[in-house]
Amino acid sequence: MTAIETLGPQAAYQAHLEAGRFMIQRAKSTGEYVFWPRVLTPSGATDLEWVPAKGTGTVYAITVNRARGGSWNVALIELDEGVRMMSTLPAVETAPIGARVKARVETTEDGPRVVFDLMEDAK
Amino acid sequence: MRGKSAIVGMATAGMGEAPGFSAMELLGQAAVAAVADAGLKMQDVDAVFSATSSHAFPTMSVVEYLGLKPRYFDGTNVGGSSFELHLLQATMALEAGLCDVALVCYGSNQRTAGGALVSMSEPQWHETPYKPRHPITAYALATSRHMAQYGTTRENLADVALAARGWANLNPEAFARGPLTKDEVLSARMISDPLSKSDCCLVTDGAAACVLVRADRAKDLAAKPVYFLGAGAANYHRSIVAMPDLTTTAAVDSGARALEMAGVSRQELDLVMLYDAFTINTILFLEDLGFCPKGEGGRFVADGRIAPGGELAVNTNGGGLSCVHPGMYGLFLIAEAVAQIRGEAGERQIDGCDLALCHGNGGTLSSQCTAILGSEATL
Repeated sequence: MTAIETLGPQAAYQAHLEAGRFMIQRAKSTGEYVFWPRVLTPSGATDLEWVPAKGTGTVYAITVNRARGGSWNVALIELDEGVRMMSTLPAVETAPIGARVKARVETTEDGPRVVFDLMEDAK
Repeated sequence: MRGKSAIVGMATAGMGEAPGFSAMELLGQAAVAAVADAGLKMQDVDAVFSATSSHAFPTMSVVEYLGLKPRYFDGTNVGGSSFELHLLQATMALEAGLCDVALVCYGSNQRTAGGALVSMSEPQWHETPYKPRHPITAYALATSRHMAQYGTTRENLADVALAARGWANLNPEAFARGPLTKDEVLSARMISDPLSKSDCCLVTDGAAACVLVRADRAKDLAAKPVYFLGAGAANYHRSIVAMPDLTTTAAVDSGARALEMAGVSRQELDLVMLYDAFTINTILFLEDLGFCPKGEGGRFVADGRIAPGGELAVNTNGGGLSCVHPGMYGLFLIAEAVAQIRGEAGERQIDGCDLALCHGNGGTLSSQCTAILGSEATL
């Protein structure tokens, strides 16, 4: 098995997810977080390390895609670290913008992914 | 670069539905007609600017199809905003002496070829697990945020769709014509909350082309010249998750840059052409280009303010919502501005149209390119 430290940011993020961990990058020098994973931060720092995401955040924007086969929501979640990610809230049809949410790693046919639950529903 | 080049030929082809024609055949028809409109020969063209959804190397394909041997070409593809940028690039190339006759062209048979938006856009790996249906998912997310932050309503969005239809009803080339009521708009099938079918642009066929030369040569040609006065571009993101603020686009910067180059204020504009892929676009761009304060766009479009007879002429062809949208709509904004400035817009002609703004949008509210065009009186 390849050590995660030797992988590029995209593969490393996915390898952490495969191991059940939701990890994001932070620059040691500036303390900045960056998501989605890449090789530099918005200010240009490159000394990135993987840290566990707090897993808590807020719904920044949300839509429900309607299709004949059913509907599913797609949300942008602002993590408490200050970065934004696309995700979904699989347990609910939709949620108000500003709702507090908590992450979990969900296993799907296509592999693991980070999804969110409303905080009051979070176990 | 203000006033250094002019559009001296403009044409469209296959507007709406053009069964039996390929994308390149429609592009070819538009190019032939635009060159003829300028009173030039095809072999006079020595620079090609093109972007399409169906050609990986659009300038190569265009050059071969039209039988050209250009000495300058640029296939920059920033989605639907490509053509506003091509006006800037063509003007630079003309001004630098790299070419004498520039052809900007586009063609698509998206409607008859399949009826769905065709895109060469690759999925973003960090979005794929959540199955977004771009582009609408991205625009719906932006709409949800605008509604939550500024109280924009579906009725506001409906006003944009109704204004577009009002203009389309004055345009015989528009694809979606006929009466439309607010109730019909508001009861349309929901596709990606809060956007319904009536908030989405059309899926049509269509091609357009324009010919530019240096301004000193423009007056000797057949058509009334429409001068390039300024352009500006801005781009902050690719995927919607990376857009810094979902309620504010980079049009804030592209518009300011274009107006500064043109040396005009927005109050002087006679016509405002905004890339309306979805109803929220018109609201966002009216705000970002400074026609109303941020957050007020929904209320700004109420009471028919941008509809025929309203105080601001916006998207007088009927827009992407009701006139034409073959996938990359940017060149049709320019076609309408040219028609209005020439005074050739028929029943929808606005009085004394000398100065027009064309705002192109590409990707998921990503690339923003603004161009200002004017009549000889504005030089």
